[in-house]
Amino acid sequence: MFEDFMVRAVVAGVGVALIAGPLGCFVVWRRMAYFGDTLAHAGLTGVALGLVLGTEPIVGIILTGLVIGLALMILERQRRVPTDALLGILSHSALAIGLIVIGFMESVRVNLMGYLFGDILAVSASDIAWIYGGAAALLAILFTVWKPLIAVTVDEDMAVAEGINAVRTQLVFTVLIALTVALAMKIVGVLLVTALLIIPAAAARRFARSPESMALGAAILGAVAVIGGLFASLQWDTPSGPSVVAAAAGLFALSLFAGATIRESVR
Amino acid sequence: MPDTHTHDHAHAHPTQVPVQMNDPLVSVENATLTRHGRRILENVSMGVGRSEIVTLIGPNGAGKSMLVRTALGLEQLDTGRVMRAPGLKIGYQPQRVSLDETLPLSVRRFLTLTESKSDEDLNAVLDSVQVAHLLDASVHTLSGGEFQRVMLARAMLRRPDLLVLDEPEQNVDTAGAVEIYQLIAKLRAETGCSVLLVSHDLNVVMAATDRVYCLHGHVCCSGTPDEISGHAEFLRLFGPAAAKTLAVYPHHHDHEHAPDGSVTHAH
Repeated sequence: MFEDFMVRAVVAGVGVALIAGPLGCFVVWRRMAYFGDTLAHAGLTGVALGLVLGTEPIVGIILTGLVIGLALMILERQRRVPTDALLGILSHSALAIGLIVIGFMESVRVNLMGYLFGDILAVSASDIAWIYGGAAALLAILFTVWKPLIAVTVDEDMAVAEGINAVRTQLVFTVLIALTVALAMKIVGVLLVTALLIIPAAAARRFARSPESMALGAAILGAVAVIGGLFASLQWDTPSGPSVVAAAAGLFALSLFAGATIRESVR
Repeated sequence: MPDTHTHDHAHAHPTQVPVQMNDPLVSVENATLTRHGRRILENVSMGVGRSEIVTLIGPNGAGKSMLVRTALGLEQLDTGRVMRAPGLKIGYQPQRVSLDETLPLSVRRFLTLTESKSDEDLNAVLDSVQVAHLLDASVHTLSGGEFQRVMLARAMLRRPDLLVLDEPEQNVDTAGAVEIYQLIAKLRAETGCSVLLVSHDLNVVMAATDRVYCLHGHVCCSGTPDEISGHAEFLRLFGPAAAKTLAVYPHHHDHEHAPDGSVTHAH
């Protein structure tokens, strides 16, 4: 049958897809794709921080993710700098600083390609425990803020006037995204994290009639992309992280076609 | 209705609200607000009493929406004070809500974003704005006028103490606008809620309003529609033709046009 590493890779990848899909929907709805990118790029600084602190890289990734996420949230609320420019500045400087710091650490061998493009075939049993524990906790938190988060996403002013605490809701969301990015980095790497967040969500849009069905669809399509991508990478010996993203992109292309067909048949 | 400061002491009243009112549900005192170096509100005081319909009028850029947003706590003042009755339940229809096409949302879901409602309530409120047939339609397929009615229904559905409507007549033809204001007046008569309106359509709004603030960065004048139509500041801002239109409102059609094009005859 399959090698153990393959089984672990599929299990880990599906775990990440289950949380990345629903959260990715919010990234799409709130037009935050670049925000996800920035968090992912900052993850590399996080890896460097983890090395400096002598902890697990994921601890450094989570810490930088939280700091960058909260800083962005505050700066965005002040509306002083255009958000996209701000994200571009933070995103690329975080990536550059991370690369420089890692470059200095000659004593430690860092698998840079692994962080940039993911190293899903190298996941261990403890990684899987991290991923499933993390994904379960994140999904539980997402579930508790689901309704206010949807209301704030539809129209923040209306939600606030109706008594929703938008700042708290957004704070929770920012933390969720930062943690999800940290989990997903292991699988697809810094450069492809955003893809795992937004492509399954975008693919699910064509079939969804409610926010909930879109979130569920994104989780399922993400899992399908992980499984399809990994088997493709085994079959044709392609890099695994990029193969997962390519599979997700393929599903998105199919969804455009299928969505159009469904719409025609409804008429 | 929340139990507010119903005691009758003078100190419970704002000091410089120019027009007498009993127990303001919401009041803004001496508000000054600057955005991007531009003075938008200059020492503005305004209040809405219990069961009162208050309309803000003024030219584009007069700060009407900003004043409303200030009263709702959506904007921070440079100086001045905002008071809202504790536990005040607000139904807010913003001037503009842009719904992202990527977020699948039915009218039913849009109406129940922050509060669950029974089918009976949903049907009744949509029926009152004559769009009951749209309950399960996607919000993305609605016309501008239909969406405007759904927004109004949404604001009313919460049985608010204070209904805040920012240009509810936009995208609706004149007959539709007359209908909307009749509906607002009827709602106030039935539920005793207060209404804060923003409008620049003098023709139709005045029939249903108790008090008018004419705004142009500052409060030019305020009072009953009759009082302000003769006011020099009002005449300067809107011209004598506009003042004349204040007198034309009571006018009846023998039939009404539903949004779907059908004609309903009055009995």
